[in-house]
Formats: sequence, structure tokens, C-alpha cells
Amino acid sequence: MLTVVSRALNSGFIAVAITLLATPASGTQVDPLGSPQWEFMHRTMLDGAPYEFDGRVVVMTPASAEDAMNVPVSFRVEGLGPIERVVVFADLNPIHKVLVFHPHDARVALGFRVKIEQATPIRAAALTADGVWHVGGAWVDAAGGGCTSPGYTRAAGTWYETLGQVRHHRWPGADGGDAVERLRLQVMHPMDTGLAEGIPAFYLERLEVTDVTGKPYASLELFEPVSENPYFTLDINAGGRPLRLSGRDLNGNRVEAELD
Amino acid sequence: MRVPCLLVLCALAATVAGSDQHYRLAATQIAADTWLVRGSTAHFSMANGGNIANCAFIATGGGAVVIDTGPSARYGEALRTLVERTTGEPVVRVYNTHHHPDHFLGNQAFAGIPIYALPDTRRAMAEQAEDFSDNLYRLLGTWMKGTVPHLPTVDALPGESTVGGHRLELFAYRGHTAGDLVILDHATGTLFTGDLVFNHRAPTTPNADLAAWRSALQGLSGTPFARLVPGHGDVAEHGRAIAETADYLQWLAGRIDDAVSSGRSMAETLYLPIPRRFDAHDTLVEEYRRSVMHLFPGVEHAFFHAE
Ligand SMILES: [Zn+2]
Repeated sequence: MLTVVSRALNSGFIAVAITLLATPASGTQVDPLGSPQWEFMHRTMLDGAPYEFDGRVVVMTPASAEDAMNVPVSFRVEGLGPIERVVVFADLNPIHKVLVFHPHDARVALGFRVKIEQATPIRAAALTADGVWHVGGAWVDAAGGGCTSPGYTRAAGTWYETLGQVRHHRWPGADGGDAVERLRLQVMHPMDTGLAEGIPAFYLERLEVTDVTGKPYASLELFEPVSENPYFTLDINAGGRPLRLSGRDLNGNRVEAELD
Repeated sequence: MRVPCLLVLCALAATVAGSDQHYRLAATQIAADTWLVRGSTAHFSMANGGNIANCAFIATGGGAVVIDTGPSARYGEALRTLVERTTGEPVVRVYNTHHHPDHFLGNQAFAGIPIYALPDTRRAMAEQAEDFSDNLYRLLGTWMKGTVPHLPTVDALPGESTVGGHRLELFAYRGHTAGDLVILDHATGTLFTGDLVFNHRAPTTPNADLAAWRSALQGLSGTPFARLVPGHGDVAEHGRAIAETADYLQWLAGRIDDAVSSGRSMAETLYLPIPRRFDAHDTLVEEYRRSVMHLFPGVEHAFFHAE
């Protein structure tokens, strides 16, 4: 109980009042993951805004990572109504923020991979229209070395041969492709964190899936912990229409691809 | 003056930390002249000290032959004592079936005795032994105290070799790892398969080539034997454990292929249900998820990068 009070004080009186109004009976403010960094994450990742830990934000990860450079993560948000954006972060990583997902016309669900340096909670926080963050997450254990080791293609010196290449596959929905369809795509990029010795930060910072008229379906802001040559798994309401991927990295290199 | 003080402190610390960390190894006779030292079928833990793999030994009349040496120096020492006490013979030869740490980090206790492994196994150990050892220190802490990888000293080559009254036939396979040694003792009909066969324990795949592994199992199922000593799990009197390992590997390969070609993400694939027919395998869910992380990226890469 004491911890609840101290967290509430930190987030400010007005924020607390809003949270209490917006919080359904199922919500809780006691960190189910017991992370020593939660207070700091709340301040820095969620700007100290109202939040609740919410089982409707489901984060799927392995309990223990076999490859700290490539930890599979998926999140899914259901039953919360429209979601403005989802922020993904790792409490105990040297760089916390992983990505921000904007579901313009897509399911609030995403699959991707991250680099972790040590055992850490991985969280997804979904922002609802009332200004409340709904937070889900899971612990992942790791042998370490994911963020401070150079990537495989960086170590092999071959990254520049494939930089910005895009590969994708689309799977129409079970109903024949009229509504939600699955899109998986890979963008070749070293995604250097800047933490490996002698290699400056160099990563994709933005990707957007649109149709040919520019109507957005989903967009991503990406940060250092996203894995090298990243794969993304999305469920978009494109109904088989031609799509386009566009984006850029930290150095201004453009990513452009048709997703037919 | 400082050095002796430090030494005393270290000795005290070791006594305290190690007071309840003894491998209570027991040898079970499974055939004439032949004993099994059975490991737990769990994953590495502080509770089992990494004692999760089977070791075995043969009293040949011309000295004892030891097959695999366990996860740590302390295990290796306990094993050597057990072997020499049980057989009344000195250890004259050690085989490492493959390069996984639960099978060879006890080698240190057999320094000075010829240690045989396949050339591919020796290469893999030279590359990975330090990382494996670091990882076991992380998982097992003081159980690993004093353990330093001691690598095999002699190439094991396919063919026959006689020690005392025992004619041993060696087979070189791969699939579980880059080099998987199988030993058939013609004196007793005992087949030591290393980790090519798991008995009621989910197979592990960190270095696996599933297609090569399945063809190795095909080879083994054509080899006559009276009993089979798997790398993990109980001794088997017939081919069931081979067939069950092959069944699981075939299912696993199909599962990953299906997941990738139907558009699953890797994290979703971790949480797909596992058929009930594998319920008898210990550590099933944990090993399945580890296998997804080992195998999914390669299949996914092939799928996305195919022309
Ligand atoms: Zn093994």
C-alpha cells in the first residue's frame, strides 16, 4: 500500500484524480514486475502521466533469451477502444526506449525483436483517448552483451552492401482479404546502438506503411535497441490494396519500397 | 604479508559456499562391466549443480573407459573417484560424445589421461568452450568453482578400437551438434548415443541441424544393440527412444516451417500449443521455446531471402 501512495504522489495530484476516475476495478498501480526502475520509467517514458497496469496489454516474450541480440517480442492490445500510440521500453537496458507504434488503421499489435544487455522487464504502454497509459509487460532474462556488442553484419563488414533493402510478405485474412491482413517485413540495417566501441549510433528512426495515395495504416518511431536487420509483424486493415513503405535512418538515408 | 591473508580468506569462503554443494553421484550397473551415472532430466539449476547429463563407464580389464565427464571440475572429480572405486581399475581413456558443456567440463579431473573426441567436436569446443563455461558460471555459481575448460587431446575416428576385453566401435554422426560420437561396445551390446537420443526428455537444439540429426537417427535405428544409453534420461532396451526423438524433431521442423510460411512472428510461435503426444518429455515447454529461438531465424531468413 505504501508503494501505491508514493507512486501516486510522484505522478502529481491532478494525475492521480484522473487515474482514479479512469481506472476500472481490474486496474492496479502496483508494478506486477517489481522493477526497481519503474518510477524512473514512468517519469521518462510516460512523462509522469496517469497510468495503470492492465492485463489487456499483452506482451509476449521468452522468459529467457537464447540470443541477447535477437529477443522476440510481440504485443497485443484488446478491449481498450481506440489507441493513440504504444510505447515499448526496457527498464534495465542501457537505452530504454525501443519503439513507438502508431496504429492509424491497423490492429494494435506488433511483432519485432530487441537487443537486451541483461535481465529486464520489457513493457508496452498503450495510450487511450482519456490520456491514461495502459501498461503490460514481462521479464526477460539474458546472458547479456546484446547492446554493447556489434551486430553480425557490422562485425562481418557487409552491412553497406544491403543497407535499406526491404523484403516483405502479405497474408490475406481468413475472410478472403477484405479486412485485416498480416504484413511481415524486413529492412536491412545495422541498427548500431552507439554503445559498441568505435561504432557511432546509426539506426532506422522512422518507418511508415501507407497506400499509394499516402493514407497511413501504421507508423513506427524506432530507437537503438531494435535488432539488426529488423523484422516487423503487423496486422493492417488494407484489404489487399497496394501498399508502400517509406522511412529514413539517423543519417538521412531513405527507405522506399512497394509492398505488393 | 597480504598474500597469505587473502589465501586464508579464500579458503574460508570456499568452505562456507561449498558446504552443501556436493554431487551425490551414484553408479547403476546396466550390463556386465558397465555402469550409468544418470543425470537429472531438468535444465541447469542451482538445485542440481548442472548434473543433467548421463555419464557412463566400462571396466574393460585393461583399465576403465569413461564416456562424458559432466558439467564442472567438481563433478569430474566425484566421477573419477566413483569410477575407480567401483571398477577397481584406473581410468585409461575418456570419450567426449560432443561439445556441450554438461558433457565435458569435468574433463579437468582426467588431465593426463587421453581424452578422445571427434575432430568436429574438438573444433567446436575450441571455439565455444569459454562461452559455455562463462554461461554455466552464471547459471550455477559456486558449483563451477575452479572449472576451466580442459579440451580433448586425441581425435576419435570412426572404426574399432579394443581396450582390455572390450571391442569398441565408434561412429561419427552430426545433427545434434557438428560432431556427435556414438560408441557401440560389442562385448555387451551397449550403444552409447550421446545427445543424438533423448529418453523422455525434450531434445535441445542450440547447435542443431535437424535434417542431419534425423538422418543420424535413421542410421542408429539400423544398428543392432542390446541396450541404449541416451545423453539424457533412462537406459532404453529397444528403439522406442530413437523413434520418439525422431518424431519430436520431425514435428519441430514442421512446426517452425509452418509458422514462418503462415506469417507468425517469432514471439507468437513461442506460445503455440504443443501436441499432447509429447507430454512425457521433461522440460518440454522450456526446450520447445528455446528451439524456436534457435531455429526460427534461419527458416525465416530462407523464406524472406528466397528469390
Ligand atoms: Zn548436447
